[in-house]
Amino acid sequence: MTQPLLEVQDLHTVFSTKEGWVKAVDGVSFELHPGETLGIVGESGCGKSVTALSIMRLQRPGLIKSGHVMFKGDDLTKATEDEMRDVRGKEIAMIFQDPMTSLNPVFRTGWQVAEPLRLHHGWNAKKSLTSAINMLGRVGIPSATERAEDYPHQFSGGMRQRVMIAMGLTTTPEVLIADEPTTALDVTIQAQILDLLRHVNQEFGTATILITHNLGVVAGMCKRIIVMYAGRIVEAGPTADVFAHPKHPYTWALLRSIPRLDAERHEPLKPIEGLPPNLVDLPGGCAFHPRCAFKIEKCSRDVPALQRVGDTQLSACWVTQAGTELKGA
Amino acid sequence: MPSATVKPLTRAWTTADPLVEVSDLKVWFSVSSGVLQRTVGHVHAVDGVDLEIKTGETVGLVGESGCGKSTLGRAVIRLLEPTEGKIIFKGDDISHLRGERLRALRRDMAMIFQDPYASLDPRQTVGDIVGEPIDVHHLAKGKERQDRIQELLRVVGLNPRFVDRYPHEFSGGQRQRIGIARALAVEPSFIVCDEPISALDVSIQAQIINLLERLQSKFNLTYLFIAHDLSVVKHISNRIAVMYLGKIMEVAGGSQLYRRPRHPYTASLLSAIPIPDPVIELRRERTILQGDVASPINPPSGCRFRTRCPRAREHCAEEVPVLESFGDEHKAACFYPLD
Repeated sequence: MTQPLLEVQDLHTVFSTKEGWVKAVDGVSFELHPGETLGIVGESGCGKSVTALSIMRLQRPGLIKSGHVMFKGDDLTKATEDEMRDVRGKEIAMIFQDPMTSLNPVFRTGWQVAEPLRLHHGWNAKKSLTSAINMLGRVGIPSATERAEDYPHQFSGGMRQRVMIAMGLTTTPEVLIADEPTTALDVTIQAQILDLLRHVNQEFGTATILITHNLGVVAGMCKRIIVMYAGRIVEAGPTADVFAHPKHPYTWALLRSIPRLDAERHEPLKPIEGLPPNLVDLPGGCAFHPRCAFKIEKCSRDVPALQRVGDTQLSACWVTQAGTELKGA
Repeated sequence: MPSATVKPLTRAWTTADPLVEVSDLKVWFSVSSGVLQRTVGHVHAVDGVDLEIKTGETVGLVGESGCGKSTLGRAVIRLLEPTEGKIIFKGDDISHLRGERLRALRRDMAMIFQDPYASLDPRQTVGDIVGEPIDVHHLAKGKERQDRIQELLRVVGLNPRFVDRYPHEFSGGQRQRIGIARALAVEPSFIVCDEPISALDVSIQAQIINLLERLQSKFNLTYLFIAHDLSVVKHISNRIAVMYLGKIMEVAGGSQLYRRPRHPYTASLLSAIPIPDPVIELRRERTILQGDVASPINPPSGCRFRTRCPRAREHCAEEVPVLESFGDEHKAACFYPLD
């Protein structure tokens, strides 16, 4: 195995609320290897976005309570704000769900895409703009030279996301974090953007963390995935294995609950009963146990750690760690 | 077009007749500009739609944002007045109903909205929200009204004791249940569900889909189910209509549409939808559409999809294709359909 490019170790990020401290990220550890595309899936509030923001140290008003983010030998949680500014946009780039609110409406698009080059490489306006136009063309924006003169509102949603990706790539970062990059887009435009991300990964060798709630998207994009629930990783492993033999009841139930386009017969869906977890008031033990069909007594008492189950997967579940297969009607 | 001649029934309507018949329906919105706010053009949101909904079935309506699916849904239950064309409901022409007759019609149809946060008044209790349609239509009073509200809550899977609580005390899925209870309050026969699950968490979506299916068989409801997620629509619908820029491109049964799409737009829409299975995703062939949806203010001549269509030829710009039958209730509007 190659040396990991990015290593998140036992990360804890908390938020202060009226009702007390909320553990948005509660002991998350994973590695990202050079050139790979890693998927992080989970529902709203599971901590997937806060994990990404914590890597970039953009988690405020949240607080990184403990843990390390090792990137090329440095611990980013200990880096100064100046050092972080060097990392952001230059070595680790991030693109967000809503490309409209992430672009500045009063600056021309080309100027904004060129900004990382002026900032990080100290290039002049002309040189950086030429490079930005080149990048806009490479991410599939037609007549890039002319479009660079336009303002963000003159672009469609899909085109804006391409602009964001171009901006992220100008400095050829080693890591690209894409947080729900296609959620605000229509499916045919989503397909275009996912295709572009695949292409970027191959052409530039950029390691990508793809954060999404859409299991279909990770199935087609990522070799390895992490499943999060209530601030913790509940399962991790090669995508093919996790989908074929989920080792955590949450993953198992989630996969059964979604309707599939290729379903042959009409069968009633098998929903996950109960409500999504309330982070302010988490149940004791495993956070999923109130909704779990396999729970045993221990589950409401002790929090299971993420451990190897089977040959390739990790699961935080007492039941599968004890060797039980997940099966059901 | 032959269906544009649909007329209100002269005999009594029966459940064997279509519940809803829409013919050549157009809903345009004017675009104004300048100091005098002169009308400078129209958004052709729905631009000549024919659609039939049978009693007791679920018709799914899919398409990308801005294709006119919500506008069509709103016009069908007369939350909007059509610019042109006809809507026949239970044998009566309701296209331009007004006043008391429109109000009476509202007892028979309801809508479930996408955003369970925005569609419930935060200052009303659950009892007020669900009770309002009952009061408006004078359906029940006093104890009978209370019982009815509690029964409605029970039917949608909420604890009847929640009747005095406010919307903010509920999760997204529970709020959608409140919205469903409100829709059921008038005992409608027809419900338009406009993206009812897209704002919900993945693990909650299946609960609401199952609830809608259960209610349909219990109360013999007819649904027009609007969504952009074709997997969900295929699951819940008997037939699916695919819309693009104000027009219906293809109509067929769910599995038929998936197995053998005739319209190139349907085919590319299907191929764009990710399937949650890495093995299948790996060997799937993708047709990735180029470009964006054209403007509904000035739609392309001829076939509206031609600007993005991989099969488009000269003829497609000259003439507007109409829905033609491919047998078995399968229709598509394309000059060069797929085999």
